[in-house]
Amino acid sequence: MNNLDLTIILCISVLAAFLLAQRRAKLWHTSSTTNIHSLPSYYGYLTAIWTLMPALTIFIIWSIFELNAISGIIVSKIQELQILDKESLELTLNKIYNIANSDFYNLNDSSSINNQAANLFIEYKNNSLILKCISVISIAILSFLVVYFFITPNTKARNKVEKLITYLLLSCALIAILTTIGIIVSVLFESLEFFSQISIFEFLFSTNWSPQIAIREGQTGNSGAFGAVPLFWGTVFISFIAMLVAAPLGLISAIYLAKYATPKFRSIAKPLLEILAGIPTVVYGFFAALTIGPAIRDFCVFLKELGISLDIEIIANITISTESALAVGLVMGTMIVPFILSISDDVISTVPNSIVDGSIAMGATKSETVWRVIIPAALPGIVGGFLLAISRAIGETMIVLMAAGVAANLTANPLDTVTTITTQIVVLLTGDQEFDNVKTLAAFALGLSLFVTTLIINVIALYIVRKYREQYE
Amino acid sequence: MKDIKQNLTQELDQTSGNPLLEENIKISCRKVNVYYHKNVQSIFNVSFDIAKNQIMAMIGPSGCGKSTLLRCFNRMNDMIEECVVDGDIKLDGENIHSKNIDPVILRASVGMVFQKPNPFPKSIYDNVAYGPKLHGLVRNSSELDDIVEESLTKAGLWKETKDCLSKAGTSLSGGQQQRLCIARTIAIKPEVILMDEPTSALDPIATATIEELMYELKSSYTIAVVTHSMQQAARISDRTAYFHLGRLVEVNDTNTVFTNPVHELTENYITGRFG
Ligand SMILES: Nc1ncnc2c1ncn2[C@@H]1O[C@H](COP(=O)(O)OP(=O)(O)O)[C@@H](O)[C@H]1O
Ligand SMILES: [Mg+2]
Repeated sequence: MNNLDLTIILCISVLAAFLLAQRRAKLWHTSSTTNIHSLPSYYGYLTAIWTLMPALTIFIIWSIFELNAISGIIVSKIQELQILDKESLELTLNKIYNIANSDFYNLNDSSSINNQAANLFIEYKNNSLILKCISVISIAILSFLVVYFFITPNTKARNKVEKLITYLLLSCALIAILTTIGIIVSVLFESLEFFSQISIFEFLFSTNWSPQIAIREGQTGNSGAFGAVPLFWGTVFISFIAMLVAAPLGLISAIYLAKYATPKFRSIAKPLLEILAGIPTVVYGFFAALTIGPAIRDFCVFLKELGISLDIEIIANITISTESALAVGLVMGTMIVPFILSISDDVISTVPNSIVDGSIAMGATKSETVWRVIIPAALPGIVGGFLLAISRAIGETMIVLMAAGVAANLTANPLDTVTTITTQIVVLLTGDQEFDNVKTLAAFALGLSLFVTTLIINVIALYIVRKYREQYE
Repeated sequence: MKDIKQNLTQELDQTSGNPLLEENIKISCRKVNVYYHKNVQSIFNVSFDIAKNQIMAMIGPSGCGKSTLLRCFNRMNDMIEECVVDGDIKLDGENIHSKNIDPVILRASVGMVFQKPNPFPKSIYDNVAYGPKLHGLVRNSSELDDIVEESLTKAGLWKETKDCLSKAGTSLSGGQQQRLCIARTIAIKPEVILMDEPTSALDPIATATIEELMYELKSSYTIAVVTHSMQQAARISDRTAYFHLGRLVEVNDTNTVFTNPVHELTENYITGRFG
């Protein structure tokens, strides 16, 4: 008997509980003397849920604590393990688990302490399993009997099942919310840890970012600079270039699709754009690094030669590099075009046709109607869409990582390379480092600032979009 | 019963009553046919005249093509793809489908008020100022102010809104919104106002206000109004046209139509036997 068998038995008993309770309710129903409150199946569901819940709870709790409890017992039984410090104890225990779980382990071989422990482990594990099965099954049967005994034809089974289902849904929602909160809290704590070592003012306002600190203790140069301004700037700069590309392109295509295109063109273009939106960002990153970047570099080389031959100093001093903010911005812009397009298209389509007719009937042309009525009416929604797009651009990692490089430059030259918050997080966290290293902690602080920024932008954007929707309801 | 109906529909190529006028004609239709989607015909061979400074009511069961015909007068049907209008429609003797008429200009002189009030999501002031600005009717802002005031006054909305011109037009009540739409139409100084069931979305009091307004407006404009309410047609119109399944059954002075209809279909409709 193992956990899988137990699960199957549990399922079967729940099904049996359901059928039994339902059958009894049907009997009540057919006997003319009693009036039952709900449909028979609700009595079945109610009994089934109450049969399952206590048993399942025990099952889960037992499974969670089983391993710890057994290890505790093993440690208390074997003295050699008690003298070990925390880390090596953990290691030894892991070894013991591995031996116990290995197929080739010879039970009779009790030469080493680890093998002895493994023997004990297997023994206790089996005992625990048997105990677990007995208790889970008996609790299931017990709770079934109790519920079965308490349910009468007057029991408001439907209402109770409804309530239980509500709790079930609520608990699922809670799990999702709690996970999110957990992530936020852990990021917050790690960031606080970081700010206890590096001042928050240095982080937010200093312009020097070079987190190359010693990895081994005692190595010289054990301090890095953690001024995140170049990263903030790089993020804003790249997002700005991206929006410069995406905003007009997306908006104008949306206007065309929503108000000018024939239904046939629309029915082809819309799915195509959705495909574009589904391209993984890595592919865009490829495109940026291998196509756009070199193309821009070649163009710069050309410009530079031109500048030298024409003796124009500004052009002759142009930077030449494959990794430029411009390349990343352009590609990222392309990436968010479908996003902006689909939001703007939605928003423009929400503007009622009756208003458009009203404008046409006043003697306005189609374009006049679009620019004087539709766009002003849709503007809040469009702005909201832009903001959502910006927060996507800010959070984008892959394209920047592949095409923008990691040099933290504070520059306004789009041909220079810059780096962003997301890229630096990746850089800081890859490689072997201790978890409480300043460098690692810095990643959390960056993550926190990224999170706060996108959160604020999204809240504002959603607020605007919602206000806009309400206007037409 | 079925036979009678068929006979009646066959006779319908001839419009009873007095569809055509001798003088004082503002709009004239001759043999107008309208098709949606190639083969679906919605208006069959309609010929009649609308007199200057009168209210022409267009009644009939729903789906009989009243709105479709009304939209022919300002060429709003051009907006609907695959909608074809043939026949002659003349405004002041000039064919509105002729090459030298621009539908955009035409719509400035043939205004339209819709079934559901549809103010622009702009301020009350901007709603009324929209047309004059669009057509360059004003040279400066004080002229624009004057037009706005004049139009709102004519639409009977000035008293209620003069202190809140910057409020959103959509924040007004349904009846006020409809009057705002009328004011907006008046502001471009049209000659004809087309109204497609202008009161069907309004309560009785707001309806009465709009009816009074129409009555006042007819001295300066020609009005064609589609309505599903026979009482309304009887109350406000000078002439009434009765449509049935895309055909024009009968046109006459409103009094005659309601007291002494010529055609059996008209009689059935106004006595409430169907429709
Ligand atoms: N945009 C359209 N496309 C296709 N058919 C239409 C359209 N508008 C109206 N029709 C058809 O034309 C006929 C007349 O409609 P309509 O003029 O709206 O009637 P009414 O206003 O008298 O109720 C109806 O049969 C309707 O189905
Ligand atoms: Mg209609």
